[in-house]
Amino acid sequence: MSRLKSLEELERIRQAAKDKLEIRTTAESEDRIMIRVGMATCGIASGARETMQAIIDELAKQNITNVSVTQTGCMGSCAREPIVEVISKEIPSVIYGHVDAKRGREIVTEHIKNGRLLQNAIISNSFDKL
Amino acid sequence: MSNVRMHLLVCGGTGCTSSDSLKLLDHLNESIKQHGLSEEVEVVVTGCFGFCEKGPIIKVYPDGVFYVSVKPEDAEDIVTEHIIKGRQIDRLLFTDPHGKGKLEGQKDLPFYKKQIRIALRNCGFIDPENIHESLAADGYKALGKCLTELTPDEVIDTVVQSGLRGRGGGGFPTGLKWKYTRKSKSKEKYIICNADEGDPGAFMDRSILEGDPHSVLEAMAIAGYAIGAEHGYIYIRAEYPLAIHRLVVAIDQARELGLLGEDILGTGFNFDIELRYGAGAFVCGEETALIHSIEGDRGEPFTKPPFPAESGVWNQPTCVNNVETLANISPIFLKGADWFRSIGTEKSPGTKVFALAGKVNNVGLVEVPMGITLREVIFNIGGGIKNNKKFKAVQTGGPSGGCITEEYLDIPIDYETLGSIGSMMGSGGMIVMDEDNCMVDIAKFYLEFTVDESCGKCTPCRIGNKRMFEIMVNIAKGKGTEQDLSDLRELGEIIKDTSLCGLGQTAPNPVLSTMKYFQDEYRAHVIEKRCPAGVCQDLLIYHILPDKCVGCTACARVCPVPCISGEVKKVHEIDQELCIKCGACFAKCKFNAIEKR
Amino acid sequence: MAGKKIHGGYLELQDYIDSIKDKRGALIAVLHKAQHIFGYLSDEVILFISEKLDLPSSKIYGVISFYSYFTTKPRGENVVNVCLGTACFVRGADAIMKEFERELKIHTGETTEDGKYTLSGLRCIGACGLAPVVMINDKVYGRVEVDQVKKIIDENKSEIITNMEEINE
Repeated sequence: MSRLKSLEELERIRQAAKDKLEIRTTAESEDRIMIRVGMATCGIASGARETMQAIIDELAKQNITNVSVTQTGCMGSCAREPIVEVISKEIPSVIYGHVDAKRGREIVTEHIKNGRLLQNAIISNSFDKL
Repeated sequence: MSNVRMHLLVCGGTGCTSSDSLKLLDHLNESIKQHGLSEEVEVVVTGCFGFCEKGPIIKVYPDGVFYVSVKPEDAEDIVTEHIIKGRQIDRLLFTDPHGKGKLEGQKDLPFYKKQIRIALRNCGFIDPENIHESLAADGYKALGKCLTELTPDEVIDTVVQSGLRGRGGGGFPTGLKWKYTRKSKSKEKYIICNADEGDPGAFMDRSILEGDPHSVLEAMAIAGYAIGAEHGYIYIRAEYPLAIHRLVVAIDQARELGLLGEDILGTGFNFDIELRYGAGAFVCGEETALIHSIEGDRGEPFTKPPFPAESGVWNQPTCVNNVETLANISPIFLKGADWFRSIGTEKSPGTKVFALAGKVNNVGLVEVPMGITLREVIFNIGGGIKNNKKFKAVQTGGPSGGCITEEYLDIPIDYETLGSIGSMMGSGGMIVMDEDNCMVDIAKFYLEFTVDESCGKCTPCRIGNKRMFEIMVNIAKGKGTEQDLSDLRELGEIIKDTSLCGLGQTAPNPVLSTMKYFQDEYRAHVIEKRCPAGVCQDLLIYHILPDKCVGCTACARVCPVPCISGEVKKVHEIDQELCIKCGACFAKCKFNAIEKR
Repeated sequence: MAGKKIHGGYLELQDYIDSIKDKRGALIAVLHKAQHIFGYLSDEVILFISEKLDLPSSKIYGVISFYSYFTTKPRGENVVNVCLGTACFVRGADAIMKEFERELKIHTGETTEDGKYTLSGLRCIGACGLAPVVMINDKVYGRVEVDQVKKIIDENKSEIITNMEEINE
């Protein structure tokens, strides 16, 4: 890397560095939302990996930076895989079933961005009731 | 877009590396490779998380799960359970001591709840050996702002307005120090970072340098711009090899990007930093002694005035700032002086990092707003006294400070309040003592330290403290008299008034403050020839309790004299004439059959 | 072999001194380097530095005697440092020190007759969370208890033996 010759150059490499650190900064942000994708064998077999990639892609497209996407184990409702849970401060935890890539993108647009739940896809609002 | 979906942060501070965190790191990397996850998971070595009691520490992102006391053997589970299956490992989570179960997030831990991290903002969050992570955490943003938007005078005004005071102990307003150095007319000026953290028991400066070295480099450059200096020195203890290594790496990286060196960011401002190593002399933490040491001489202090701001290194105007002070600089520029003032107390804005150690449950580094009470620090953050013993005193300010008792635990702490109760802020060492600590012994310990570290230049410190120490030794041996107590007091006051530098002026504090608050304990040693805490060896009598002794002979076997006699399975006895009071038998007995009085 | 090593050491020191651009105030750094190379600062080394830096040897000696980090006596193969910082002290470091003195049969600051161990005290390495702490060479032992002292010494003893075996092979 060569010497930086101006403030603009510094800001440019800072932005690149920030993107790499996003996984951490997002997790520490106050208004953080967490999306957990069930990624046990059954989940992966039903396409959870594609769902997760679609969600990550959609978040990037819409420039949403306060969402951490993580995976979790078997949620215990194999018939309705892929399962995705959304946890945020304002709305209590919501669990969606049969989330394919398309529904994954809807979750990002509707639930995360517009704050509207996808009523027809909700299977429970808490793990405990599954 | 990169495929990395997880960051695993492993603490690489001195505390955790001493408990095998590097071996853990190797195991993690190996396991990640074995499972073919190298593309998806990034392992990052960070600086100190502060919670040294429960090290090694691992934090997993994006979940934010915080694992404590992780052993190298746990690496495999972290990879197969957490990373692959997404299941938290309950046994590695912190267990709430008040029965609230396992806590998964760092912020949930009582240890972190009351903390506000400004100086330690990036410790345990970024890789200190990668300048890009520092940049991502807004490193060098304040420098860019100062160089392009503010004049040197405006920079100084901002620091003055923030009310930031020197965190090394003195509490002198940092902005004023900069202002005075700026006023001195000279071609060459110097900015020095004092990283000679000599107070035994304080390790915040080490942690900042190990965890976020760029914050210090950036602040030095800002200070250089403000006072008109192109050269900086960091004077660091040779006992901190890891901090030295991280600084060397950081300086190289900053030079490579042109954030140090000539024509920084094309603004025409030149600034570079050189490291200077200490060599084991506590007095070199005093700024004038430090200046001599940087010049390659014996680290003896000189009389002020002239102050370093007028004539310091190589007789040029010099500004000496401590590591923690400098670590506060860039947030002040990014968030504003008013923001900084809104934290802490009116006279002492901001936070202070304390190194909480001694007989407290959660040993570690804590950064709290000024004005917090000692009770909150020791009992809420520190989790109270180890083994449910009784709190006796807390010592702040290191060898220059004093002991604080139960009755003062609720006063809000800042520079002034601590001074008013006979102690001081110092560099932020906070040593908690319980009922098993003898205050005479503690005061003697500190005095021995300062006697050892006195440079010998001025008489009150060289001879006066030595005399005080001899009296303390006599008292601990049971040879003290009441006259000794008044002599101690008188000597102490004279030494405080007449010593040349801060070391001598504060050396009697531990004795004077313990004499004030623990008069009974001193009198017990002098008049009754008894050590109530059972610490001062010469005043102890070891005695075998006949009803508890089972005759296992363990004590007789460890006795070095030997003075313990008795047949197998019969009650043993100690010959008091021969006993050298080493305590070996007491430590060995499994039946609590040996009593010390 | 010893003569060769010393000769090489002087060359290394010479190179280091030559590499310093601004020799103002370089003495302490040079002493650090010299002690790192030779293990201690002998009269010959001091005279060598005196000549190279153009400083009176009396001044160099004055600096060496001021700083506790520098030593003019050879040290043992293993340096045992017991931390005597405050945090370690209140958690019983003095008892640990006494046990080392008893086990090694030397006092603080001394070296065993066979040249295997030097025992010394140290003021805080900053690992207060692990108090009391003992550092042998570069390895840190935390939360040390009195009855572990013998084991710690033995552990280091066997390490030396295995290293020796490796060398002999």
